[in-house]
Amino acid sequence: MILTPLHLCLILSSALFCIGLIGALTRSNAILVLLGIELMLNAANINFIAFWRYGPNPEAGTGVLFVVFAIGVAAAEAAVGLALVIAIYRHQRSIRLQDARLLKG
Amino acid sequence: MSLPVQLLWLIPALPLLAAGLGALTPRSGRKLASGAAILAMAGSFLLSCGALMTALADPAAHLVHNFAWLDLGEGVLRLGWLLDPLTAFMCVMVTFVGLLIFIFSTGYLHEDPNFTRFFCFLSLFAAAMLGLLVANSLLLLFICWELVGLASYLLIGFWFHKPSAAAAAKKAFITTRIGDLGLLLGMLWLYDSTGSLLFYDGGQGVLEATALGGLVAQTTIGGLAVSTAIGLLIFCGAIGKSGQFPLHVWLPDAMEGPTPVSALIHAATMVAAGVFLIARVYPLMAVDQGLATTPLHALTVVATIGAITALMGAMIAVAQDDIKRVLAFSTVSQLGYMMLALGVGSWVAAIFHLLTHAFFKALLFLGSGSVIHAAHHEQDIRRLGGLRGPMRITFVTFALGMMALSGVPFLFSGFWSKEAILHAAQGWNVSHLPLYAGLAAVVLTAFYMTRLVAETFFGSARSDEARHAHENSPVMTVPLVILAVCAILLGFIGTPAFPWLQSRLMGQTEVHGHSLFEGGGLMVLSIVLVAIGIGSGWALYGRRPRTTTSALDPIEKISPGLFGALRARFGFDELYAATVGRLNTATAALADGLDRYVWDGAVRFLAALGEFAGFVNKEADEDVLNGGFDATNDKIRGTARLYSAAQTGGAHGYMRTVAIGFVLLVLIVMLGGGL
Repeated sequence: MILTPLHLCLILSSALFCIGLIGALTRSNAILVLLGIELMLNAANINFIAFWRYGPNPEAGTGVLFVVFAIGVAAAEAAVGLALVIAIYRHQRSIRLQDARLLKG
Repeated sequence: MSLPVQLLWLIPALPLLAAGLGALTPRSGRKLASGAAILAMAGSFLLSCGALMTALADPAAHLVHNFAWLDLGEGVLRLGWLLDPLTAFMCVMVTFVGLLIFIFSTGYLHEDPNFTRFFCFLSLFAAAMLGLLVANSLLLLFICWELVGLASYLLIGFWFHKPSAAAAAKKAFITTRIGDLGLLLGMLWLYDSTGSLLFYDGGQGVLEATALGGLVAQTTIGGLAVSTAIGLLIFCGAIGKSGQFPLHVWLPDAMEGPTPVSALIHAATMVAAGVFLIARVYPLMAVDQGLATTPLHALTVVATIGAITALMGAMIAVAQDDIKRVLAFSTVSQLGYMMLALGVGSWVAAIFHLLTHAFFKALLFLGSGSVIHAAHHEQDIRRLGGLRGPMRITFVTFALGMMALSGVPFLFSGFWSKEAILHAAQGWNVSHLPLYAGLAAVVLTAFYMTRLVAETFFGSARSDEARHAHENSPVMTVPLVILAVCAILLGFIGTPAFPWLQSRLMGQTEVHGHSLFEGGGLMVLSIVLVAIGIGSGWALYGRRPRTTTSALDPIEKISPGLFGALRARFGFDELYAATVGRLNTATAALADGLDRYVWDGAVRFLAALGEFAGFVNKEADEDVLNGGFDATNDKIRGTARLYSAAQTGGAHGYMRTVAIGFVLLVLIVMLGGGL
């Protein structure tokens, strides 16, 4: 098996995604969960860039455009997420996700 | 200047405009309201003169202007204007007399707080009457006819705060409405039979040969020709409006209105409408004359009613004490004359008398108004007297009017028109009874008018009001003078020697006069009768005038029973109160009982039924329907509880599920060989 740059990039992004997923699932601190989610998002971004750079049409700016959008949306999402974390902290003096069970049906 | 028939609508439109303006004018705008009314009337008078020019250019023609008014599915209802000498002469008379009455009113009512309202109603009255005159459709005529009725109601009840005036207005309206029902039925029948209500329509109108031939050919109940039946129904309307027996009872009560209104009603507008209507539909009324088999001719009924009314009105007038009531019954009697003339076949004589009568009756009413105004609303002739000195102009003009009404020979208009009617009655081949009734009424007319003048103006003043009376301002006396001049001169347009008016009305362009002495026997007789009437009246009332208000009337001394019956007006009011009135009350009581017990009971029963149904409904809802829904809801709730267990609220749980799902998806794709 020959490791092309594309393969290396994909392995990197898979690793990043797995680290993010495990972090998000195992941490109980809400901020660290958010960090994990950011890692997963950026793994996806690396995939975009890699497929664009080594894909059939690297001259068109599609991959970069996607990533810029994704970063923008991620920033907004992080802002909302952090705001929610602050709101939860104010409410119950804790940011442990196990304690935030208000949405129980 | 002549007025084309297309513009004929301007004649009624001007007063109507003034009426609208008067209605919008605030109470303080007295000058504006009266000025607009008088100007509009003067304008209408000039236009009427123009119309008369047009009509006289070709007196035989019936100029019409028809237009579609209402689409009725298959047919079109058409209205129109009609211009012929009859319309034109009547318009000139109504506008001229109306104008003088309007001017007089500004003086008579100058203290009344509702001055502007009065002029609004007066203009409406005149507009309605003029609309009636120019109508070329029985429907348009009927609309205006009802407007005349409405305006008379408003004006008779002008002082509605007086209960008697309010009652008189109601009486006039309801009594004439009885006749109007006949007119309406006749109109509907006519439309049903001929499909048109236009009088003249280039051969298709109801007064033209085709339609008349069709109407007279059919017979209806009792063997009457349809034209006779329709004619009699239309005549019912005229009976009500023109105060003919047996519907004359409203006319004397109409005296409750202000005196100029009485003058307008009695001279120019309201009562003239009935006579005009019959003259207008005269071809329809007369078409059955040719039938030999019919049990009744329409005109025979008209003549009979006219003769009865002429005699009865004159008899009742002899014993009345209210100056306006005497004149009112005199109007009833004179209208009887006109109907008599129509009935005996001389509608031109009827219109001639209508025109002359309009002038001298307006003169007499305005004269009485002048007396009443001067004597602070004292109307009882027993309490007047001696007004000859202080009210010289009123006295002279009133006396001229009295002589015209009595038929003093040669100089006065009433003489000539009355002669025309008597001659027509003499020439009637059915019966001479109308002639005898007319001759008897001549004596009585001369008698009661002499009595009226003698009691009012001669002798000595018998009350403080009469003693303090003085002549009125020129705004009231000038119309009197003008009317007096007309009351004299107008007779000369229709003398037997030069019957200009008659020939123009008949549509002839040449005037065929004959010697005054042809049929002179009747003329001499009537002159003698007038002399007897005036002589006996003067002998009884003038030579020895009443000295106290409570002194007995000379006739009462001779025959108290007869005088009592006359003073009570033959008890017609009481008779109607006892029959029609009581029937009405009984019907009302019956209707009230039905309403209260039968209909109300039925309604209450239905309501109870509804309440019971509502109760049953409620029970069914709560127990049956609601039970079913509750059970279903419980089930839904149980299922929902089951599902909601998955909603743990823990973010980690959700994420775990998502991650496992993702891993599963990846495995499926890889193992399934999707890539």
